[in-house]
Amino acid sequence: MIQRLIPHPLLSIMLTLVWLGLVNKITLGNLLLGLLLGLAVPMVTAPYWPNRPTLRRPLVAVKYILIVLWDIIVANVQVAIMILFKPRDAFRSRWITVPLELTSPEAITVLAGTITMTPGTVSAMLSADGRAILVHCLHTDDPEGDRDQIKRRYEGPLKEIFE
Amino acid sequence: MIDIALTFAFACFGLGLLFCLWRITVGPNPADRILALDTMVINVIALLVLYGVREGTAVYFEASMLVAMVGFVSTVAYCRFILRGDIIE
Amino acid sequence: MTDPAEILVTIFIVLGGVFGLVGSYGLLKLRDTMQRLHGPTKATTLGIGSVLIASMIHALAVKGALSFHELLITLFLLLTAPITANFIAKAYIIRNSDRTKLPGTGGRYGWSVYDDAPGPSEATTGEQGSSQD
Repeated sequence: MIQRLIPHPLLSIMLTLVWLGLVNKITLGNLLLGLLLGLAVPMVTAPYWPNRPTLRRPLVAVKYILIVLWDIIVANVQVAIMILFKPRDAFRSRWITVPLELTSPEAITVLAGTITMTPGTVSAMLSADGRAILVHCLHTDDPEGDRDQIKRRYEGPLKEIFE
Repeated sequence: MIDIALTFAFACFGLGLLFCLWRITVGPNPADRILALDTMVINVIALLVLYGVREGTAVYFEASMLVAMVGFVSTVAYCRFILRGDIIE
Repeated sequence: MTDPAEILVTIFIVLGGVFGLVGSYGLLKLRDTMQRLHGPTKATTLGIGSVLIASMIHALAVKGALSFHELLITLFLLLTAPITANFIAKAYIIRNSDRTKLPGTGGRYGWSVYDDAPGPSEATTGEQGSSQD
């Protein structure tokens, strides 16, 4: 019954917060309207979301988000310095393949997004069976090291969170 | 002081828009042009937000939100067109 | 005039302008399309992030009204930047890249642009899901 009424609790909370952000004023009425939307929208659209992603370790997820936010700032500064001061021909860009242990589509999506937002790497595409991800490095001297860092720093926690 | 900073930032993002325009004109392949268009959208959002700060109103946030969404959808549609030759299959 | 909040707003606005400019300059300077992809996805995102933070502090300190609109735009841009980057990379690869120049997948199947997935394609559905989570 609860499952039918609230098929996606996280989505409901998210929708409520987004509604509050859109109206930009916290009043009781807005909160109620937001909650109403947060409950109604997932219920109506439930057929389009057949399987719900599970979040097993919320604390690890919070820690992961903080790490990624910090890495985004560091990455931005690094890339900005590289763009400004590195001579055009000194960039040694290359493709690397990162084999994946993750299987759930949500985890792979989050990993691909993280790779794009963090130091000097952009995820380009998946292999057809979803077992490997193609990553482009802006500048690297040590492709194996980069691959291992992605696996250790991002894939490990994601495996704990989603699987 | 904020006025000076705002003028500086306006100049920065305006110059950024010009760089993007250059890339759209020259850009050797379609992917470059899409990327430049996407960057232009982001710069325009920044300009709108800054203009809102200068005028001291919150009216421009709706505009920048809409620009962000339309920009994202159009970028994805353009890429999909190149990838598949069709947008909605 | 020299209110700490005002100084903070100024710093964030200048930072945002510099990062936005650097991102667009990367578009101009770098040689290869895949390299150019790095500039706007990273530097410009941070630039616009600091502009939005400046706007939040400005609303709070100067007008005395709590405003968290800006967080929504930041969140939206952070969620969509990887997706657009991914799509642009794919568009570039399918039109311009030689498939022999890419490294192998290390598995039985090739990259998703060239090879069909075994069974229902999970590669494309996985990417589109992230804008909604």
